Amino acid sequence: MTVDEGRDVASTTGPAAAVSDKDPADVHISIRGLTKQFDVRGSTVTALDSLDLDIPRGQFLVIVGPSGCGKTTLLRMLAALESPTSGAVEVRHGGEGRPGNSMVFQGDSIFPWMSVWDNAAFGLTMRGVPRAEIRESVGHYLEKTGLSAFADAYPHQLSGGMRQRVSIARAFANDPDVLLMDEPFSALDEQNKTLLQAELLRIWDETRKTVVFITHSVDEAVTLADRIMVMSAQPGQAKAFVDVPFERPRDVLELRHLEEYGDIVYDIWQHLRDEVSRSQRQAAAAPATGRRRRR
Amino acid sequence: MTQVARKPAAPGAEPVATRPVRRLLPSRRLERTLAVLTPVGLLLIWELAARAGAIDTRFFPAPSSIFHQMGVLAQSGELWTNTWASLRRLFIGFWVGLVPGLALGIAMGLYRPVRAALQPLVSGTYPIPKSALLPLILLIFGLDEPSKIVMVAIGVFYPVALNTAAGVANVSPIYYDVASNFGASRWNVFRKVAIPGAMPSILTGIELGVGLGLILIAIAEMVGAQSGLGYMIWNAWQVYSVETMYVGLLVIAVIGYLLALLLGAIGARLTPWRNGK
Ligand SMILES: Nc1ncnc2c1ncn2[C@@H]1O[C@H](COP(=O)(O)OP(=O)(O)O)[C@@H](O)[C@H]1O
Ligand SMILES: [Mg+2]
Repeated sequence: MTVDEGRDVASTTGPAAAVSDKDPADVHISIRGLTKQFDVRGSTVTALDSLDLDIPRGQFLVIVGPSGCGKTTLLRMLAALESPTSGAVEVRHGGEGRPGNSMVFQGDSIFPWMSVWDNAAFGLTMRGVPRAEIRESVGHYLEKTGLSAFADAYPHQLSGGMRQRVSIARAFANDPDVLLMDEPFSALDEQNKTLLQAELLRIWDETRKTVVFITHSVDEAVTLADRIMVMSAQPGQAKAFVDVPFERPRDVLELRHLEEYGDIVYDIWQHLRDEVSRSQRQAAAAPATGRRRRR
Repeated sequence: MTQVARKPAAPGAEPVATRPVRRLLPSRRLERTLAVLTPVGLLLIWELAARAGAIDTRFFPAPSSIFHQMGVLAQSGELWTNTWASLRRLFIGFWVGLVPGLALGIAMGLYRPVRAALQPLVSGTYPIPKSALLPLILLIFGLDEPSKIVMVAIGVFYPVALNTAAGVANVSPIYYDVASNFGASRWNVFRKVAIPGAMPSILTGIELGVGLGLILIAIAEMVGAQSGLGYMIWNAWQVYSVETMYVGLLVIAVIGYLLALLLGAIGARLTPWRNGK
């Protein structure tokens, strides 16, 4: 799947930090000069401003940034749900017949009218995958997310944490090349969040797919990421990149004991501090422009 | 309805353990009993009052005489002929109204241009009392079956079209994003997202439409018809058979009640995810 606006691809080279030091041939997603503007009641809002970013295959990239800085917009462009105003997203498809990406959406996104099983099987069903294969894959991921006993339940019978698990199972079962996750745990309480982070890492360790994960929680970012991109407040730009060197598989709780963990968290907060206060000033200055179509 | 009346489940059963359960059961039974007792009690009072001459039996004939008249009409076959005639018109009119109502509602819900073009027209003509259309419908479709069927169809069409359009349009955009992200074809977006998402609203439209259809068929049959429950009631007025009027009203009420039950059961089958919600 390639989204290519054909503009500015050659002329822009990203800042050194944006490009990983891994083998450049292994770059999975290449973003150049990506800009997105929205027209909101006559005025133009720049959600994302000439972003350059290379994501190596197999990297768990986490994006943090103040709310409204364009994280969701970036992810939606990676998913081709939104088209760029200018710039390009190039995804090097490595999959044999597997889908380019699957998204875990921000907020409730599983279908209330489908059982847990049918929700998790949605992508595979839509692609016309043979039934036996669907049964195996969906069964596997429902088990991994602790939902096997609820396969026939409907979403309204589940807790918020369980519904997010269904959304995750749906994305993983679809076996995409890239996983896009938009604040999947932000609505959950602290215990559930930690539990699901551990679950996510466990599932991810099986396949080590390329992941782009959005969060506004610094702790979550450090817990999960290979690399963290800190974004600036509106208009969204890459402000800093932080590598997270902890070895895998990780123990979500033990990790927090490490001295380096605190250092990285502190480092990211330093980058974030000015951005968060800047975005608050923006919000105070222009309260009316924040209205959005979706959460 | 007391605990004394209930036999113990088994001899020597521990009474303390079963007490909470026992306390629940009688109250639920009591509710059901009350639901039956109230109408029966009213009928009884009505009967007694009519016999004692406390109410004017020219307007409120005793229930016993109404039921007697019902027996007479049933034996002569009149009751069945008229009930069947009304049900048949209702049934045909339902489908004649439902199909275009659904099609138009879905088109309006899915496609903005269609909605922009048709919504004002449909919403604008909706408040016109459908009964006021009867003379026009009679003029166009004549005094025979078609005019009755068209009246029912109009009653079904409007609520179905409007509720379907609203239901489809109000399906949260996030579900369309999900469908698109997971590669759903156009047909699957329609089948797996738009229709089930709108189903509760569609069912509401159908319930409203059937209720309206029942009203309109009774009215339509009062003018120029030679059969049907509406005709039976109207004719009873002309020959001054008040009991027959009440029989007609009773049968229509029973039909309405049974149809509501039927639609409720069908609705529960079509939206299993709402059960127990
Ligand atoms: N569909 C849209 N129409 C208009 N403005 C939008 C739309 N989507 C996002 N925006 C604006 O773009 C900016 C970034 O939004 P978003 O990507 O959702 O931020 P984040 O996910 O980082 O909180 C916000 O100012 C938001 O108001
Ligand atoms: Mg967001």
